[in-house]
Amino acid sequence: MAKITYISFSGTETTVDVKPGLSIMEGAVKNNVRGIDGDCGGACACATCHVYVDEAWRAKTGERSAMEESMLDFAENVEANSRLSCQIKVTEELDGLVVRLPESQS
Amino acid sequence: MSDLNSHVVIVGAGHAGGTLAALLRQFGHAGAITLVGDEPIPPYQRPPLSKAWLKGEADADSLALKPLEFYAGENIDFRPDVRAVKLERSARKVRLSDGGELTYDKLVLATGARAIALPIPGADLDGVLFLRTAADAEALKAAVGPGKRLAVVGGGYIGLEVAASGRALGAEVVVLEREERLLARVACEVLSTFFRDYHEQRGVTFELGASVVGFEGSGGRVTGVKLSDGRVIACDAAVVGVGAHPNDELASESGLETARGVVVDLEARTSDPNVFAIGDVAHRPMPIYGRMFRMESVPNALEQAKQAACAITGRPAPAGEVPWQWSDQYDLKLQIAGYAFDVDEIVVRGDPKSGKFAVFHLNGDQVQSVEAINAPPEFMMGRQLIGNRKRVDKQKLANPAISMKEVAA
Repeated sequence: MAKITYISFSGTETTVDVKPGLSIMEGAVKNNVRGIDGDCGGACACATCHVYVDEAWRAKTGERSAMEESMLDFAENVEANSRLSCQIKVTEELDGLVVRLPESQS
Repeated sequence: MSDLNSHVVIVGAGHAGGTLAALLRQFGHAGAITLVGDEPIPPYQRPPLSKAWLKGEADADSLALKPLEFYAGENIDFRPDVRAVKLERSARKVRLSDGGELTYDKLVLATGARAIALPIPGADLDGVLFLRTAADAEALKAAVGPGKRLAVVGGGYIGLEVAASGRALGAEVVVLEREERLLARVACEVLSTFFRDYHEQRGVTFELGASVVGFEGSGGRVTGVKLSDGRVIACDAAVVGVGAHPNDELASESGLETARGVVVDLEARTSDPNVFAIGDVAHRPMPIYGRMFRMESVPNALEQAKQAACAITGRPAPAGEVPWQWSDQYDLKLQIAGYAFDVDEIVVRGDPKSGKFAVFHLNGDQVQSVEAINAPPEFMMGRQLIGNRKRVDKQKLANPAISMKEVAA
């Protein structure tokens, strides 16, 4: 299990255990963490799972794919550390990961 | 008007029903919620069944919308393996297949649609499969593997996604389609041709304009699909993906208005103010197109779940959404926004041969729908244009050198 911390726009921190193999988006949705929608279930088709990856974790979470880059372009308030959380797979290496959530997903 | 203590009964624990149950609690509904489903597992996503699931890249845990513990934790009475058999609206009762009954204050029908079965000889042979439920997907997965021959009846989304997954698993795949082109009901000819070429390049064989008249078998198991021209296509398993029929019988038998689907308004409310219908079973208004339609898509299930949750908890209705859907085949992502109603011109943006292009369907200079292949900007901006009805410069639209953001400005 990897501990993932989601920090809402208003600053509320929620830490949950996520099974390796699930995505950061699934970790939020399945654990009822508000602020990530993931409407398309992780198909990189809707851009409603936008998160900001904490600087310390950017290397470990990897790079955006071309499709993700393209879709992310249409989310709001996109920063250099923005990712679509359905594209980040949880591994033991990501234990302790912190992501921040945007004000809204649509 | 809301009653946060009312008993809400949701019949159908699919994507729409499951999402609604969670939203009701999220919106502060404090009354009882009963969620009845005829499958043995909690609400889950169906789209991966033809893709990740089939390819062994997803399991039951990853498909579930919420873990089973979620329901008890939120005080949602989830009843699996139970079917609603009769609706008595005057008494506000739902009779169940296990002999029980539920009395509701608000009822939501989320009974979805069932795969259409071909009423032809041999349809009940082992190995003649559908793909609607997780149980179906389990059976299909067991039948597909290296060297296995899979006959796919129907060249729509299900058929093509299964074909792509089948090829990824090393099976031989033949797709049998009744019309002269693929995706005939849901996409334009440019796309039909594109997908046919893409699949053929990856080893799928197509028989177009092929009418299936029966299944042949041996020892109770399917061995071939018989066509109207007499030919038999040999196979080890056959998947039938020829469309789905809305499960609206509970509604129609209770006197609710149905039209191949339960008729609802933009609050997902039926002709009975205490009964709602959402998801694949609902026949709903589409304000952008000025007509009523039944949509079979996850985004629609989500939107209608939101509409019903807002109506029941007294929140203002959510903003209208532009309908959309997606299909993943091989490394292709097809994203579609809108529907091609009232179209007088199509504009192709980009070169199909590059595997990255979009087809816009226009009424005058307004976009009615867009089909985008590996082209998210075209999909996202197209969806925006469909919603805001902005007039576009068709020359700019057709020119990939001009960004979609500029085209839509």
